[in-house]
This record gives sequence, C-alpha cells and structure tokens, in this order.
Amino acid sequence: MLGTAIIVFRETLEAALFVGIMAAATRGLAGRSRWLTAGVLAGSAGALALAAGAERIGALADGVGQDLLNAGILAVALAMLTWHCIWVSTRGAQTAADARALGSSFTQGQRAPWALMIVVALSVLREGAETVLFVAAYATGSGPVGTVAGAVIGVLCGVSLGALIYLGLSRVPMKRMFAVTNTLILLLAASIASQLARALSQAGVINVWGQPLWDSSPLLRIDSFVGTFAHALLGYEAQPTGLQLIFYALAVLVIVSGARWARKAQAGQRSVLVRRDTIRA
Amino acid sequence: MKLFRSLAFAFFSASVLASGAFAADPEVLLVIKNHKFEPAELKVPVGQRVKLVVHNQDATPEEFESHDLNREKIVPPGAKVTIFIGPLKPGRYSFVGEYHEASAKGVVVAE
Repeated sequence: MLGTAIIVFRETLEAALFVGIMAAATRGLAGRSRWLTAGVLAGSAGALALAAGAERIGALADGVGQDLLNAGILAVALAMLTWHCIWVSTRGAQTAADARALGSSFTQGQRAPWALMIVVALSVLREGAETVLFVAAYATGSGPVGTVAGAVIGVLCGVSLGALIYLGLSRVPMKRMFAVTNTLILLLAASIASQLARALSQAGVINVWGQPLWDSSPLLRIDSFVGTFAHALLGYEAQPTGLQLIFYALAVLVIVSGARWARKAQAGQRSVLVRRDTIRA
Repeated sequence: MKLFRSLAFAFFSASVLASGAFAADPEVLLVIKNHKFEPAELKVPVGQRVKLVVHNQDATPEEFESHDLNREKIVPPGAKVTIFIGPLKPGRYSFVGEYHEASAKGVVVAE
C-alpha cells in the first residue's frame, strides 16, 4: 500500500503543482474555477482513454509511439506556456498599473486564459494516464483494497501539495503576483522543454548530446522527497544530458527575450499614439 | 522570433540527419517476467546508438527507469516497446522496474 502511495504521489505531484500555480496565476479572473475544472476534467477523461489505448499506442512507430505522443503533448504545452508568458508580459504592466490606479478590484482582462487551461488539461492527461494504467492493473490483481487505498493516499498527498502552493502564492501581494507566477511558469516551461528533449532522445529522433553531463545524486537524489519536488517545480535532474540543458536554456532565452521584445513593441506603439494625439491637439 | 524559428529548424533537421535514422542499430531484447528482468545484465557496444526492445510478459505494467541512462518509460502488460539508448561510454548503467524495485533490477554493460 505504501509503495502504491509513493508511486501515485510522484505521478500526481507534477500535475497538482501545475494546477496550483495556474490557479494562482489566474487569480481574480472571472469564471476561473470553471475553466480550471474543465481543464482538469478534460485531462482526466483523456487520461482514461490514453490508459485504455496504452498498449496499442506503445506498439506504434516501431515501439516508440508513446514517446512520440509524449513529445507532441510536451511540445504543445511548451508552446502554450511560451505564448502565455509573452502575452501576459504585455498585458501585465498595463493591468497592474490600472489596478493600482483603481485601487480596488483587479482583473486580468476579460479574455479566458485558454492557453493555461489547455496546459492544465495536458498535464493532467500525461501524469494521469500513467497513474490510471498503474492503479487499474493492480486494483484488479492481488491486493485491490491496499492498491486503491494507497492510490487515494498518494493522490491526496499530491493534491494537498498543489493546494499548499496555491495558498502560499495567494499570500503574495497582488502587485508582485505577476512577477512571481510568471517566474514559476517560466521555470515550468523550461522544465517541460527538458522533458521534451528526453522524449526525443528516447524515441531516437535526436541522437546528439544524449550523455548525462554530471551526476548530482550525492547532493540531491531525484527520487528523494525534495528531489521529486525540485523536479516537478524546477525541472531538476540529477543526471541531465547536454540536450536537456540546451532545451532548458533555449526555453528560458526565448521566453525572456520574447517577453522583452513584446513589451518594447507595445511601448513603442503606445508612444506613437501619444505623439499623434499631441500633434492633433 | 523568426531567427529562433529558423535556428530551431536547422538544429532539428541537422539532428535528424545526424541520427542516421536509416542505419541499422544493434538491437537487444530485454524481457520482464515475474517482475524480474531477463537477462539482468545486458552487454551493448560502446559509442553506438542501441535499440533496446523491452517485452513485458507480466499481466501488470512496469516502468523501465534508469537514472544512469536518463531513461524512463512505461511498458504496458504484454507490450513490446522500444527505448533508444546511448551512444554510451564504457561502463555500467543500472536500471530498475520502478513498480517493483525490490526484484526488477538490471544493468547495461557497455564495452
């Protein structure tokens, strides 16, 4: 039972942290809970379907179907997070200023944060499918009661950590909220990029820089509690490959410079408008 | 952004070409039975990409996991999946079945 709980906890944690951070990032947005719930439900439904078809998917593309599917899911999630970070950087400065000016209610605009909802669904889908596959096999096997009890404990532990990070983030003052959640989302994106690198290596799509560069297991084991947490939140790997580091760094670079570029472009546009108004006046 | 996209594309195409997708990779078979790996010790050539075929003959899923090889993959019951490893330097690379770590243990020996 304990073994099941630990395995399920590890699978659940990443998705739970994702949902917690996304919930914090969309704080103050009308209809947010509905969107989040829809994301989680869609992800869970997908996970069930994926688990049911696991054997068939695994056999596709000469046995690397699962990795290719994973890579696809990760690539879409990465694109969504990149887009979100860049979009928010242009909205963020403006809305934060508005909120301060109004000094009261705070909204991030009326647009639905659909990119984040897709990311939530994909995260639940990926982690959920493995959990379902694992639990379903053992729940029908030798010790169904222990397995189900273990799975419930594992899920509850994962979800509580997700709730904990949400509650922690909720204490951050609104003014700094964008900076904090955006940094966390940036790290999640980089972490996804690193996982994408591994999926592509594993599937044999990319065959360069696939050797681990170092081993920091003596400092922090990846399967320890802190290591699992650091992996889910920061993309920590005890033995990262060169390709993973490149993907990680590229993701950070693209998002940070993209956000800066978008902000500048917008500021330029605004000053042009202001100048036009002054001329007209 | 355009520069990034073209850079990423160039990088991707170069890697795919470098992979020699059509070259025959040495293939090794690993069987999971009664929550154990057979053989528990796999010999593979050094400096070459190797196609590791994992066949799970148990009625339960298993997760092939190796921190040393930087690999992690679910193997559904009855399924046969492929995991590409290497090119490796000479050495011993341990792996486990994450769902049965007590019994499912093995090592890849590159020599």
